[in-house]
Amino acid sequence: MIDVLQHVVVGPFRDIGSNPAFFGEVVIGGILAGMLYSLVALGFVLIFKASGVFNFAQGVMVLFAALTLVGLLERGLPVAAAFVVTAAVMIALAFVIERVVLRPLVNQEHIILFMATIGLNFFLEGFGEMLWGANVKKLDVGIPDRSFMMAGMQVNQLELSAGVIAAVIVAILAVFFQKTRIGRALRAVADDHEAALSIGIPLKTIWVVVWSVAGLVAIVAGVMWGAKSGVQFSLSLIALKALPVLILGGFESVAGAILGGLIIGVGEKIGEVYWGPLVGGAIENWFAYVLALAFLLVRPQGLFGEKIIERV
Amino acid sequence: MIYREAGQFKTTYASDQAIFPIVQDRVVVALGVLAVFVLPTRFANEYWLQAILIPFLIYALAALGLNLLTGYAGQLSLGTGGFMAVGAYAAFKLSTAFPSLSIVIVFLLSGLIAALVGVVFGIPSLRIKGFYLAVATLAAQFFLIWLFNKVAWFVNYAPSGTITAPSRTVLGVTVTGPTASAAARYVLALVFVAVFALIAKNLVRGRIGRSWMAIRDRDIAAEIIGVRPLRTKLLAFAISSFYCGIAGAELVFLYLGSAETLAFDIGLSFLVLFMVIIGGLGSVLGSFLGAAFIVLVPIFLTNAPHVMGLSLPVAFQKQLELMVFGGLIIFFLIVEPHGLARLWQITKEKLRLWPFPH
Repeated sequence: MIDVLQHVVVGPFRDIGSNPAFFGEVVIGGILAGMLYSLVALGFVLIFKASGVFNFAQGVMVLFAALTLVGLLERGLPVAAAFVVTAAVMIALAFVIERVVLRPLVNQEHIILFMATIGLNFFLEGFGEMLWGANVKKLDVGIPDRSFMMAGMQVNQLELSAGVIAAVIVAILAVFFQKTRIGRALRAVADDHEAALSIGIPLKTIWVVVWSVAGLVAIVAGVMWGAKSGVQFSLSLIALKALPVLILGGFESVAGAILGGLIIGVGEKIGEVYWGPLVGGAIENWFAYVLALAFLLVRPQGLFGEKIIERV
Repeated sequence: MIYREAGQFKTTYASDQAIFPIVQDRVVVALGVLAVFVLPTRFANEYWLQAILIPFLIYALAALGLNLLTGYAGQLSLGTGGFMAVGAYAAFKLSTAFPSLSIVIVFLLSGLIAALVGVVFGIPSLRIKGFYLAVATLAAQFFLIWLFNKVAWFVNYAPSGTITAPSRTVLGVTVTGPTASAAARYVLALVFVAVFALIAKNLVRGRIGRSWMAIRDRDIAAEIIGVRPLRTKLLAFAISSFYCGIAGAELVFLYLGSAETLAFDIGLSFLVLFMVIIGGLGSVLGSFLGAAFIVLVPIFLTNAPHVMGLSLPVAFQKQLELMVFGGLIIFFLIVEPHGLARLWQITKEKLRLWPFPH
């Protein structure tokens, strides 16, 4: 018993203390991986904030965006043109989804809309593979996936650029939400659908805008993940990775998605490196969920989620 | 409809509260139950039993379990696959450790073990609600599957990591294992579904079901009128997991024969949730309709091109299936968000007056 405690409570911390440079490496790796999670989580948050829809299809949207981009590149389009066309495709997709799925389901319960996005998930998966084929594709956007040394620690260049790009996107989104006319309308819709409608904010337009923005974020996430591990079906599973990030940060908060991503990324890496070997490894599948769960027991609405006020 | 209910007066509370208050309904249901016991065992061939009827019964039981939790108690769960895995692995351990134990007892015991695990993972529901809870139950899903993959004790140290149903008999008939006939497995699955559907129907009509619905509709108000949320929610998790555990045990013992954790992955959780939502949240009948829908649609989609005389490339057909399946889900949600059970109810109401609309 004492032995077990020794292994679980003392051992890992001794390892951390004995090699701080390696620990720093682990933390930085975690932060950068966390940035990638955040990018996916961002797409969820944007849509949830403005329409209360928990969009399960976000993962497949990432896959779809990456597939489209790769498919266009393979057909010989220059990189810039391919990005523009992909963006256009994602915006068109937002229009179609709003018209076909969301509008007929307006005012339904949240779980019904959630289910509809799972249906969308299946549809897009089949559609994307039908258009572009199902085999693994390499995506090369000119950022090499190699490591360099920084202050005695190994840093992956691809993950670093992903981090920088994610930071830029968050900054842009923050300005967009706080300063622009549409951003204000978005926040109004998020607060209260009916009130927003009654002062003349067009709900339909807002929904198309959010789904488009989520689609654009999906392109970025797709490029980053695709460059890392190839564009293939498993890309859509990163949605599952983003869920603990989401509950940790709170469904409604952009900042929460970022911070939650970082916490999960770092926590997961540290848990895997220092505690993983004790239980036989491969804990990354559930560790993030348990971490988020433990956190939720203390704060049920996540880090930055809107405070849940319950009334009878 | 073809029969009229006029003239059937209820003179006792018992007859007023019967599950089927109309005589004709009782007769039809009794005949129907008799028919599903007799006809398929006599006339259905191996393919029908193995590919359609047995999975339908097992999924219906799992959907019933999830419907109690999500439809009646309002706790959204994505951990169904994990709880089914608990039932399957518990049944495997029990039946190999105690070979003389009746398989029926084994199923019930593995249901109880799944119920215990369900209670443990249901504890967060006291603090967490809605989608936060759904994501939290994913922790159960991933953790349980990981556990069964990692700990070799659960598979009796089999190097392949699979669990295989041993041969067991009920009343002298082999019902599990490679030599069991499809008809025997079908009857056993049917008995379980019939008994537990009846229990579920009575649970949700009684005090327990009403307290679940009170918690679902407005939990604070329910607490104020004296429904204890702790007991009610955990009971919902326990009973739901009990149903799912038995369904999981049946999935391996009566349907697949042998399985690994892959059979219980997150896809299964979503599949069962689909059945519940397509069938109708908060409806016992809906669980059956939803299970039938989800079992039949892929079979239909696979066979439809053959029947129409088209020959499509395999990959293309698989993608088309995904698209049609997703499209159908959205279509049904738009047509009737309350599920097939509501559609059936509306049809029945219309037929009551048909062909005279006044």
